[in-house]
Amino acid sequence: MLVRDDIVEYSLDAHHSEEEGKLIRKKIWKVTAILSIITTVEVLVGVFFPKADVSDTMWTLIKWGYIILTVVKAAYIVLVFMHLGDERKNLRYMILVPYILFILYLVFILVTEASYVNDAWEFLK
Amino acid sequence: MAGAHTQQVDASTAWGGKASPFNVSYGKMMMWFFLVSDGLTFGGLLSALGFAKFANPEWAASWPMGEEVFTHFPFTHAHLPLLYVAFMTFILIVSSVTMVLAVEAGHRMDKRGVIKWLGLTVVGGFIFLGSQVWEWSTFIAGPDGDLSTWHDNTTLQHNCYGGTYEVIEDGHHKHTEIKSYGPTLYSNFFFFITGFHGFHVFTGVLFNLLVLRNVVRGVYHRRGHYEMVEKVGLYWHFVDLVWVFVFTFFYLV
Repeated sequence: MLVRDDIVEYSLDAHHSEEEGKLIRKKIWKVTAILSIITTVEVLVGVFFPKADVSDTMWTLIKWGYIILTVVKAAYIVLVFMHLGDERKNLRYMILVPYILFILYLVFILVTEASYVNDAWEFLK
Repeated sequence: MAGAHTQQVDASTAWGGKASPFNVSYGKMMMWFFLVSDGLTFGGLLSALGFAKFANPEWAASWPMGEEVFTHFPFTHAHLPLLYVAFMTFILIVSSVTMVLAVEAGHRMDKRGVIKWLGLTVVGGFIFLGSQVWEWSTFIAGPDGDLSTWHDNTTLQHNCYGGTYEVIEDGHHKHTEIKSYGPTLYSNFFFFITGFHGFHVFTGVLFNLLVLRNVVRGVYHRRGHYEMVEKVGLYWHFVDLVWVFVFTFFYLV
């Protein structure tokens, strides 16, 4: 087997003790419960309050509820499961700030442009 | 790959400067950079889905409703909205949990623990992929597998989501047809985005298997740390993260 001694696999902060592990596992199970409960709530709302059966105002509320719950789930996955919450602050911001700014702008501009295109279609009818 | 990697690397060797500015290894930071760009790809695709829906009044009116997209379940013909997709979501959440437990075991240098949890993660990944195969085949070939697709181009010409299936008898032949509604563009987005996500799950399972093989062979134990498990773990969690959004924007909203 070819031995590469120019590649050095190193790691920083890759160890913790038995006691620390216990606490971390407790946190993992707590987040598991939270994610499961949120998903269950989403599914139950989807099954018992489908778009066809509720008023438009109600649907808008449910829709925003879904989006908020989705972001909460995403935050738990990124901050706890991916351990970004435990990383140094500058790494956290370097990853999250550009991403969030860019996505928010993208969603904003596409929704805005979509409404203009939509108006143009209505006008042409 | 040699066994001599318990050697200590001081920060100045690794970074050229005095310390790692972000207190992470090079590999982990690059994995994060990759995930940011991959996240932007999925963000772009899902935003485009929203654009397509809102940009055309006719499409917006006939866009399939989330809960009604997939209403089938194996071994039954009952109308069960969301249930199967909820099952898929739980599988992915649970496999994410087993992954984070594998990472935790790696931090304690618990080789048996890493093998157990990483193995379960791989099993979860396979269950998810199998579920997606069943979902897609139900869409394409109908719940009984007798839908004529290429013959009359049902799948290509119509959107099959949220439609009801009807058995048609023409002469001696019996075939199922979709009484579909909704624009074709919706199907294109559906197949592309869930397919692209499925492809990520597939590569994730592959990475997990490769790392599992190295764990079993003791490569990381000799190296002195299990950071490789952490890196593929980041990718695996990202796959779960994307599904959270796919689930919301295809099956709920």
